[in-house]
Amino acid sequence: MRDWLILGVGTLLFGLLALSGDTYLLRLGTMLAMYAVLAMSWNFIGGMTGYPSFATAAFFGLGAYTSAILQAAQMPMAVGWAAAGLVAGGFALLIGLPILRLKGHYFAIASLSIGEILREVVNTSEEITGGGMGMNLPLLRLPPEVQAQAFYLCMLGLAVLTTAVAILVHHGRLGFAFRCIEQNEDAATVLGVDTRTFKTAAFGLSAVFSGVAGAIYGNWVHYIEPLDVFDIMHSVKPLVMVLLGGLGTLFGPIFGAIVFLALEEAVWRNFLGVHAAVLGVLIVAMVLFLPRGLATSFEQIARRFRGKAA
Amino acid sequence: MIYLQILANGLALGGLYACIAVGFSLVWGVLNVINLLHGSMIVLGSYIALFAYTTFGIHPFLTVPIAGGIVFALTYALQRGIINRVIAAPVLMTLTLTFGLDLIFNNAMLTAFKADYRKLILENPLGSWSFSGVTLPVDRIAAMALAMLLTLMLFRLLKDSRIGRAIVAVRMDRDAAALMGVDVMKINAITFGIGGFMAGAAGCLLSIIFPISPLNSTVYLGKSFVVCVLGGLGSVPGAIVGGLALGIIESFGAFFLGPEHAVTLAFSLLIVFLIVRPTGLLGKKGYE
Repeated sequence: MRDWLILGVGTLLFGLLALSGDTYLLRLGTMLAMYAVLAMSWNFIGGMTGYPSFATAAFFGLGAYTSAILQAAQMPMAVGWAAAGLVAGGFALLIGLPILRLKGHYFAIASLSIGEILREVVNTSEEITGGGMGMNLPLLRLPPEVQAQAFYLCMLGLAVLTTAVAILVHHGRLGFAFRCIEQNEDAATVLGVDTRTFKTAAFGLSAVFSGVAGAIYGNWVHYIEPLDVFDIMHSVKPLVMVLLGGLGTLFGPIFGAIVFLALEEAVWRNFLGVHAAVLGVLIVAMVLFLPRGLATSFEQIARRFRGKAA
Repeated sequence: MIYLQILANGLALGGLYACIAVGFSLVWGVLNVINLLHGSMIVLGSYIALFAYTTFGIHPFLTVPIAGGIVFALTYALQRGIINRVIAAPVLMTLTLTFGLDLIFNNAMLTAFKADYRKLILENPLGSWSFSGVTLPVDRIAAMALAMLLTLMLFRLLKDSRIGRAIVAVRMDRDAAALMGVDVMKINAITFGIGGFMAGAAGCLLSIIFPISPLNSTVYLGKSFVVCVLGGLGSVPGAIVGGLALGIIESFGAFFLGPEHAVTLAFSLLIVFLIVRPTGLLGKKGYE
């Protein structure tokens, strides 16, 4: 109940931001919503279930291209977005069955390879995807501020939907099964948890919303190319956000997305030439000093202070 | 006859791939860490060769021990100072850490050397051999031969030296090795350094064949993944078999399917191998 309340208040607060006509603020808001979607999606497989997936970029790019190809065939935008989610989710279920048999490093590398393969396939299928030239998406006949508001609300809506599903999963049977697999997969199997089905479900969940996010992103920026939407950074950033916020927690990924976006924006503004290196330093510092996320670390510090007072 | 030529090209390429991947494979097998820095270390080796040649006129083949030594020192220090702190952490942590380190190094190289592709052009190339319709550039063959020599030296090092046997012992059973008095922390750092040495050395050899740019690091890293999985993890013969296999498959794939599908082919093979035979061509059961 408390979680739904947080979601409602959060939605209301972030929804009010749409009233602002400031396009910079709306751009940041849209990025934030997109990061939150990607981070929460990754959390299903990487956080709750404990499988180190590097496939987010694959789903994001697949969604973006599915929607772009449909819209190039004169389909409406909404159909493109819905199809993006279905195709990405279906693809994840299909590919998940074999590669989720792998564990640890092997799973990580296999999931990473999927994005590489998809990128090369898109790169070489020039008749359909335009290859390395990329694809243009139809322009909307709306003033720029209204467009900014519309895409912000769409991305926010997706983030709210993802959070709602995350809450349901977290408190439901599904989340329980995911956490069982994370803690000890063999034991879970012995106790009768159908680990194969649940792992695949987690992978599928992590793909659906990432795919739709990719589709919305495509329309938002009007142009996609393989190097952009299949960029490995789309796989790494969500993971960093979740690590920042706290692995496997419910609202941690959103918290991580806010912190990450703030850092990223500050870095881009001040260190354009070496932004990748600064990001690298942040990642290294996080792994070394905050391995359990900001939220958990705050709790520990608070507990220590309380302990001293008592 | 054309097939013989393709086979020869594939073997020449494969020898270099083996040298690229053997250090990566050793680190993965012994430390259980996927070292995402590996590609950047290879590129660093190439730049050292380039500068040694353009400023001092030292032939890239002679730079091999220098570049290897420099990268050894760098990776040894990195392992001791940073990576060792999370060596027992879950896969996700070590992967993220080496990714972050790679961002730093790659960005540093981009700033220092710029992103343009540079080419090391030898003033006195050795020409090419040609017999019964198969043409082989001698420089390429020499680079491949040196790569194989280095790889075999590593093989002998692991088999014959005290330190090598300690590395193999840690690879087999970390706890048992520690109980037998092996200083596991030291072995970790040395193994990581050896991985770096092989990367730097491979970079030198590659510098006379491929264009040099920090952007190439991900390509080399991708090759290392595939070779490791094809051949089997953490063993020198595995890397040699995997490297040669990848070289031959890529050459024939480029001929039959077109060079633009090389990456797709390599990564598809990787996934198939992971699923069907995770121990690799030469791996032993339980050693995946």
